[in-house]
Amino acid sequence: MLGFGVDRLQADINRLLTSLFHQGVLDEQFLQLQQLQDETSPTFVYDVINIYFDESEKLLRSLRLLLMDREFSDYKKIGLHLNQLVGSSSSIGARRVRNVCVAFRSASELNNRPGCLRGLEIVEHEYHYLKNMMHELFQLEQQRLLAAGVRYPM
Amino acid sequence: MQQCSILSQLITDMNWALNNNPNPEEKEPKSSDLYHLGAIDLPEKPRKIEFWRSGLMGFAKMQLQQQHSVAVKMNNNGNNDRVGNNNKKGSTFIQEHRGLLPKGLILWTIFVGFISRGIYQWMDDTSKVRREEVLVSMCDQRARMLQDQFSVSVNHVHALAILVSTFHYHKNPSAIDQGTFAEYTARTAFERPLLSGVAYAEKVVNAEREMFERQHNWVIKTMDTGEPSPVRDEYAPVIFSQDSVSYLESLDMMSGEEDRENILRARETGKAVLTSPFRLLASHHLGVVLTFPVYKASLPKDPTVQERIAATAGYLGGAFDVESLVENLLGQLAGNQAIVVHVYDITNASDPLVMYGNQDEEGDTSLYHESKLDFGDPFRKHKMICRYLQKAPIPLNVLTTVPLFFAIGFLVGYILYSAGVHIVKVEDDFHEMQELKVRAEAADVAKSQFLATVSHEIRTPMNGILGMLAMLLDTELSSTQRDYAQTAQICGKALIALINEVLDCAKIEAGKLELESVPFDIRSILDDVLSLFSEESRNKGIELAVFVSDKVPEIVKGDSGRFRQIIINLVGNSVKFTEKGHIFVKVHLAEQSKDGAESKPALNGGVSEDMIVASKPSSYNTLSGYEAADGRNSWDSFKHLVSEEDLLSSSEFDASSSNVRLMVSIEDTGIGIPLAAQGRVFMPFMQADSSTSRTYGGTGIGLSISKCLVELMRGQISFVSRPRIGSTFWFTAVFERCDRCSLKKPTVENLPSAFRGMRAIVVDAKPVRAAVTRYHMKRLGISVDVMTSLRTAVSTVTASSGRNGSPLPSSGTTKLDMILVEKDSWISTEDIDSEIRQMNSRTNGNVHHKSPKLALFATNITNSEFDRAKSAGFADTVIMKPLRASMIGACLQQVLELRKTRQQHPEGSSPATLKSLLTGKKILVVDDNMVNRRVAAGALKKFGAEVVCAESGQVALGLLQIPHSFDACFMDIQMPQMDGFEATRQIRMMEKEAKEKTKLEWHLPILAMTADVIHATYEECLKSGMDGYVSKPFEEENLYKSVAKSFKANPISDSSCSQS
Repeated sequence: MLGFGVDRLQADINRLLTSLFHQGVLDEQFLQLQQLQDETSPTFVYDVINIYFDESEKLLRSLRLLLMDREFSDYKKIGLHLNQLVGSSSSIGARRVRNVCVAFRSASELNNRPGCLRGLEIVEHEYHYLKNMMHELFQLEQQRLLAAGVRYPM
Repeated sequence: MQQCSILSQLITDMNWALNNNPNPEEKEPKSSDLYHLGAIDLPEKPRKIEFWRSGLMGFAKMQLQQQHSVAVKMNNNGNNDRVGNNNKKGSTFIQEHRGLLPKGLILWTIFVGFISRGIYQWMDDTSKVRREEVLVSMCDQRARMLQDQFSVSVNHVHALAILVSTFHYHKNPSAIDQGTFAEYTARTAFERPLLSGVAYAEKVVNAEREMFERQHNWVIKTMDTGEPSPVRDEYAPVIFSQDSVSYLESLDMMSGEEDRENILRARETGKAVLTSPFRLLASHHLGVVLTFPVYKASLPKDPTVQERIAATAGYLGGAFDVESLVENLLGQLAGNQAIVVHVYDITNASDPLVMYGNQDEEGDTSLYHESKLDFGDPFRKHKMICRYLQKAPIPLNVLTTVPLFFAIGFLVGYILYSAGVHIVKVEDDFHEMQELKVRAEAADVAKSQFLATVSHEIRTPMNGILGMLAMLLDTELSSTQRDYAQTAQICGKALIALINEVLDCAKIEAGKLELESVPFDIRSILDDVLSLFSEESRNKGIELAVFVSDKVPEIVKGDSGRFRQIIINLVGNSVKFTEKGHIFVKVHLAEQSKDGAESKPALNGGVSEDMIVASKPSSYNTLSGYEAADGRNSWDSFKHLVSEEDLLSSSEFDASSSNVRLMVSIEDTGIGIPLAAQGRVFMPFMQADSSTSRTYGGTGIGLSISKCLVELMRGQISFVSRPRIGSTFWFTAVFERCDRCSLKKPTVENLPSAFRGMRAIVVDAKPVRAAVTRYHMKRLGISVDVMTSLRTAVSTVTASSGRNGSPLPSSGTTKLDMILVEKDSWISTEDIDSEIRQMNSRTNGNVHHKSPKLALFATNITNSEFDRAKSAGFADTVIMKPLRASMIGACLQQVLELRKTRQQHPEGSSPATLKSLLTGKKILVVDDNMVNRRVAAGALKKFGAEVVCAESGQVALGLLQIPHSFDACFMDIQMPQMDGFEATRQIRMMEKEAKEKTKLEWHLPILAMTADVIHATYEECLKSGMDGYVSKPFEEENLYKSVAKSFKANPISDSSCSQS
């Protein structure tokens, strides 16, 4: 019944978060982010994460374009993109994306093209994983909000 | 909970990494979240040093998992590359061809063998040649002599022939008969030593035989038989003979085959001819017969054979005893034993006839020499062959030289070989060492990284755990749960402390620890430390006190954190090991302690002799009355320190030097350090006693860190300890004087200034303690008189207030504001309560006079005592020790109701303060990263700030055109186009221009935001004009610190901002 799932949903959210933390997908920065959310900005986390996904999507697309080019040699640009990605990832606490980005960046500093390609793949994989997880999280959150919002007259 | 699980996972990983079998092949990523990017170089060969191996493996594993230790990866790469190069460059020729060494040795040996053989050959040849030459010369000599002797004999025979022809044929009648001949020949025999005898045979043809026979009265006989000769054409009977061969007389010489031939040949040639050798009749020696023709008439020149035959008258013959001749001859010559001489008649070349020499006696057949002999007979040919009797012995010099040469050659070869082997070995070792060195260095780097990473990784979740535990403790818990949670929290704190210590230790070992140099207030630091331990010391009932000499400058420059660390360490130790008595921290100038050693009778400032007398003789003049290990802090020496301060003002004391050397001593009355263990107190992980660590816990790393830190501060650390009495640790440290340093208040406690000019009486029987109290009061600006007993104090107060309201006769107009009583003094003074009450009530009754307030100092106080204190009138306050200026201040404020002057409390929870700092402030956040911008803005907004965002340096510059209304700016460092440093520089430039134009000083606090907080980065921040930095992602505490620092440090900007 509608509204009675609040606890269950909250438990699900917690479980999901726990597993994400356990896997190292997220770190405490995400908690800090959540703490920043209050009544004045109820969708703060959601907003930030969405911006993050938008930005990252762009960056990844551009990275892929750069790396797919055969006569490509602009490792510096890759480094810049990756810096952005690393910065925003650590801001939202996307730890694994950040870590693989760091590895990717070190490969790009060595001008190691196969390493870069591999790094890109891994980053994309991690990124999509994170995105899925976040999507799931937000859905749960949505449901929880809905459920919490329902009031039965006593 | 998440953090717990992260931590446990991490620890499991570490365990796995440390315990797993260090087989490089096993390090393949095991699950999909282990990536292998770039060139992560793993150690290829098994390590020798197990410990570092496991450390490295753990590290490598971590690397695989974390993938952010880029620097180390690069490092390893570099190292391995270097090793590779070394292997290529470093290996020498000899090392690359080590396999050739034994072969070389064998070849060399063979070569030496050949050379020795050659030398042998050469020497042998030389000796052979010499031998041959000797042989040749000897042989020739012999042959020549033989020939000479022979020809001499032949000549004599010739002369004899001429004699016969002259006197026998040309005289008529003959002048020679047998007798004459025999005599003559006998007498001239010395001239023919080789001839055994000579005889003359006349040529008789058959027709004349009869006449001849008649004439001589004998018949011609044959040689063989001695019978009368048969008839022949011609005969040659011997008519004259030497006595030695007289048996030849009448023998027909023609009857012997040899002789006949000889005769025929002789008369044909007209020369002396020889027979082939044969056994002589008489001696049986080998010999030859020499025949010489005698002619009747003188011959024409170049006579024909016929003419010769016709002219022949007879023949003179003699037997040569060749054997004895040669024997004789050889006997005369030296060295005849060494050689064998053979003489051959080789007329018939195919069948040489031996004339001399034993055929059996072969001698050395390998070497011989032939010499031609010419005995004057052209028909016969002779030769002499000489041999050595013995085979040539191998000469001694050859025997010694060649083996010696071989031996030397072999030895040289062997020496070279072993040298080569040694070189190879040494170089191998060298390379191995080099490799090990590189590995060790890499391991060292890895170790540091490992420690840094691990401690960081542990600290992060640990902070979570501790925070959660703190929050948990705030919730409602049952007592058991609370107990559990508290235990967990204590353990967690201990773990963090341990990690910090280990990290420090590693840093110190790596020499990476650098001291900061920032101005700080020693007194407030000591107060902080005291407050840390106040709880524990109070629980234990220990007195904890701090005293800083007035001459110690208020502000010095140095590493406050490290200074605090040392003191915390030492005080912590003391607190840990002390059950009763006191812990006394004393700071003064190092120079002062020297002066204090001299006895100075000067006593001043209310300290009187009888105070010392009044103190119990049974107790010691220390802080608490317990005996201390070091006498330095006892009153006897301490009073000098105190008194001196009153004599000299701090300014005149050695203000010239820019450095100040402080001496800090920490005295406790704990269990002390066993004498046996005192030597190794400062060694890491060495505790006095293993049982000690079991009783008191701890790692024993603290003291060694303290020692290192003290040494870094150019000081020394030492201690005096007496078991069961206590220990006194002291150390010196050098700080920079910082007289002009402005007080950066955020770090320094603000002491309330409301007490300035107040007076107080401190009642304390223990002078040291009284001095400590006085020190704290003095810091508050309260002047203090010390009284040893409460009774005197009360009477003084009562008396003075009774008289003219002035509490002390000496104090003139100043009124007494408070009386501070040490609990011990109060307890020990019986029946004083009523007087106090009386005094209290009296003064209270006086409306015009503000009564002196009463306060009680106590280390610990029981409930009953507290009640008694209340009833006695100490209701106002009981100040719990340890004393701190700020705490006394707070308590006294309470007592004196000075709350109105109270300033904003400097302490408090940071978010609240952060909020107070940031509320209403307009802050510009510059970051190219939208997410970061958003998060930073969110964080700042939460603390009440108004946030404006800019996505690049240029936009920020546009917003910050003066005048603007921003209070602060958070600037990302890494931005495309214009980075944070550049943007800051431009902002500062703009401010400078504005100052020149408008004379208004602008200084916008700019804080860098950076993800990687490296020290160098920080310095660059400052260089480009920033005021501080905040590490990303934001953490409240961090943010607070930086913001507080820069906001308070820049009051001008605040004011200017608010104006604009």
